[in-house]
Amino acid sequence: MADRRLSGSFVASSAAGTVRLGFYRLAAAALAVSGVAQMPIFKRYYIADIPGMAWTGDFLFTHALHYAAAAALLFWLGWRLAARGAASLGRGRLALLGLLALTGGAHVLSNLPGVSLSPLAAMLLDWTHLGAAMALGIAALAMVFNRRSRTNRR
Amino acid sequence: MLKTIDPKARFSRRTLFKALGLGGAAALLPERSRAAALPVTGQELATFLDLSKCIGCGACVEACRVENAARYPEPKKPFPKMYPERVKVEDWSDKRAVDTRLTPYNWLFIQSAAVDGREVHIPRRCMHCQNPPCANLCPWGAAAREADGTVAINQDICLGGAKCRDVCPWSIPQRQTGAGLYLDLMPSLAGNGVMNKCRRCPERVAQGKMPACIEACPQGVQTMGPREEIVAQAKAMARNNGGFLYGLEENGGTNTLYLSPVPFEKLAAAVKTGPGQPGLAAVADVMGTSNRLAWAVLLAPLAGAAGALLSGARKMMGRKEDSNG
Ligand code: SF4
Ligand code: SF4
Ligand code: SF4
Repeated sequence: MADRRLSGSFVASSAAGTVRLGFYRLAAAALAVSGVAQMPIFKRYYIADIPGMAWTGDFLFTHALHYAAAAALLFWLGWRLAARGAASLGRGRLALLGLLALTGGAHVLSNLPGVSLSPLAAMLLDWTHLGAAMALGIAALAMVFNRRSRTNRR
Repeated sequence: MLKTIDPKARFSRRTLFKALGLGGAAALLPERSRAAALPVTGQELATFLDLSKCIGCGACVEACRVENAARYPEPKKPFPKMYPERVKVEDWSDKRAVDTRLTPYNWLFIQSAAVDGREVHIPRRCMHCQNPPCANLCPWGAAAREADGTVAINQDICLGGAKCRDVCPWSIPQRQTGAGLYLDLMPSLAGNGVMNKCRRCPERVAQGKMPACIEACPQGVQTMGPREEIVAQAKAMARNNGGFLYGLEENGGTNTLYLSPVPFEKLAAAVKTGPGQPGLAAVADVMGTSNRLAWAVLLAPLAGAAGALLSGARKMMGRKEDSNG
């Protein structure tokens, strides 16, 4: 059960629950893609060449998209925490989401004109954000494989 | 009052000594009175370039190369084979003498243009933007802005992905393949060297000295000091002597201000641009869109929580009404 909670798949018991789950998944997917796009790899690995995918190589567009998706996910997170409490998220996911949200928020602040961090702080912030995102990504992937192999066994 | 001494004063004093056959006497003066001094205030610093004074002699370019020679990348050859094939090697290590554009071995060059029958020379290097996209958007934390407004790339951790160049409105940072941290990670799959650009001579500035290019200029083209004073000086000169300013609004404001006797639209049309040869067009704030969205990001969790509390309260009210009715 704990692993299901980590993966972001909740038992959607109502229509509103289904909508909320879809919202979470969409925001998380947009965050993941636009986050990976912050590294200069979509152009390098030809993904931006695929028709309809040119936007993945546009750093300014994907940066704005990352902000918009972050706003959506943080809205969801705020709602969830207020409505069902921190325990409903599972400790592992709460810790990673929290770390991502805090480092991301600090980065958003430091990107504003007139705000800047020391070079060392900026570097540590980037690395922590990247590390937490990778950990969450690996956890989500592990979850998918886990579930698939269990369904196959059935 | 600007506490910096006009570098021209230093020049004329030295010329005076020379004229009097007292060349050696200048060497007896303490360093600070010989070279224009920078007050160490911890404030944001800006440079001002009066283009009407620049004769395009290139002394500044040469001074930068001497000052930074030890910091230039020394790539290991052969370069690691890179995948996919499209990843291009950028190698300037055998063309170090090139000084007609920005390269990893030339962080300052003189751009020239003839406008309205006038030759204008423009020393070009990193603008040291006030809100630099190169630093804000570096995914690896290798580029950063210092408290004094200097924007620098940390050569020890830069992976050479060149995103800083892609997001810089002037495409300033220049890549050298075959050097840097990527060699120790996955050289074939990620990274491609180190990015290089003007770092505004932090070691000199920390000692209260002017950057090498400023000190070397025989014409006193550049002045450096606390931003507020430099901006006031630049605006006053543009107003009193006539002239046009570039850098105040560009990319949301930079710490490099150019004063030109001819309009920048004309200069922009006349200068040769291309890789390593930045343009002079008006530039909007690259971080603008993201920063307009920033407040949505920062307020979103509060809005979400408020929404949940409101909807909970509404449900409770509904239940009460049901039981009452
Ligand atoms: S040294 Fe001075 S005059 Fe000569 S090119 Fe540089 S800025 Fe212009
Ligand atoms: S001019 Fe380009 S490289 Fe220099 S600080 Fe601005 S964005 Fe960065
Ligand atoms: S400030 Fe220093 S690094 Fe920058 S162009 Fe001048 S000499 Fe070169």
